[in-house]
Amino acid sequence: MNNIFDNEMKIEFLSKSNNEAFARISVAAFIAQLDPTLEEIADIKTAVSEAVTNSIIHGYEEKMGIVKLICKIRKNEVFIEISDSGKGIENVEIAKQPLYTTKSNLERSGMGFTIMESFMDHVQVESVLGLGTKVSMTKKIKSYCNEEKDFAMSTRGEE
Amino acid sequence: MESTYKKEDKRLIFKINEDIDEYSAQKIRRRLDNEIERYMPKEVIFDFDKVSFMDSAGIGLLIGRYKLANLFGGKVEVANISTPIRKIFEMSGLLKIIPEVEIEKKEAQYE
Repeated sequence: MNNIFDNEMKIEFLSKSNNEAFARISVAAFIAQLDPTLEEIADIKTAVSEAVTNSIIHGYEEKMGIVKLICKIRKNEVFIEISDSGKGIENVEIAKQPLYTTKSNLERSGMGFTIMESFMDHVQVESVLGLGTKVSMTKKIKSYCNEEKDFAMSTRGEE
Repeated sequence: MESTYKKEDKRLIFKINEDIDEYSAQKIRRRLDNEIERYMPKEVIFDFDKVSFMDSAGIGLLIGRYKLANLFGGKVEVANISTPIRKIFEMSGLLKIIPEVEIEKKEAQYE
């Protein structure tokens, strides 16, 4: 199989807020193979939690739907994709601004995207009104420096 | 979640024993507000000793309790925050309105 990634997983779950813990713990368990530091794990877990919460609270607005989570690893880089088929975001640039929230009555802080952007290396948001939203994030695990593993990967023709 | 209330200095300490996300914040909020409204404390302290994870739902939770305690002339403080959670506090500027305090070990022992 021709795959540019070293490892990959995918889960789908109902948009229930008690699945937020399930989602971030699953990702933490999956990326453990890169020997991340506790800080790196915490950063990724927080970013995943924010994206999944957005899908549940804003995308589906308490209605039931499916949240998809894909996590891939290439060398020391983690790629995470969280998507929903919810209502979508009208203006992504405005939604990403710190403290912007459409649900201040629910005590939402409006810090979700800000946290994702500061805890991950790269965050991309694609959204279509009425169709849904996809958040793609990447982060390099800096602590990962296993030469043997890097060598094994490069001999698989990925360089 | 455990809580202790000291009458003499009107101080309410909450020890939260779980991860704080949107799901748990709703439960915590309900219990907290009951006790804050009942005691009308001058000081509300959140003990984060047993909290290993918090996302932005925690920011909303704390700001909401800050507003509520203010209605009764009380202030809100936090104690024992871990490194990953401190990052969220610093990034959001939360420590400017909800300062960090040290609480004695004795006080941290709950009934």
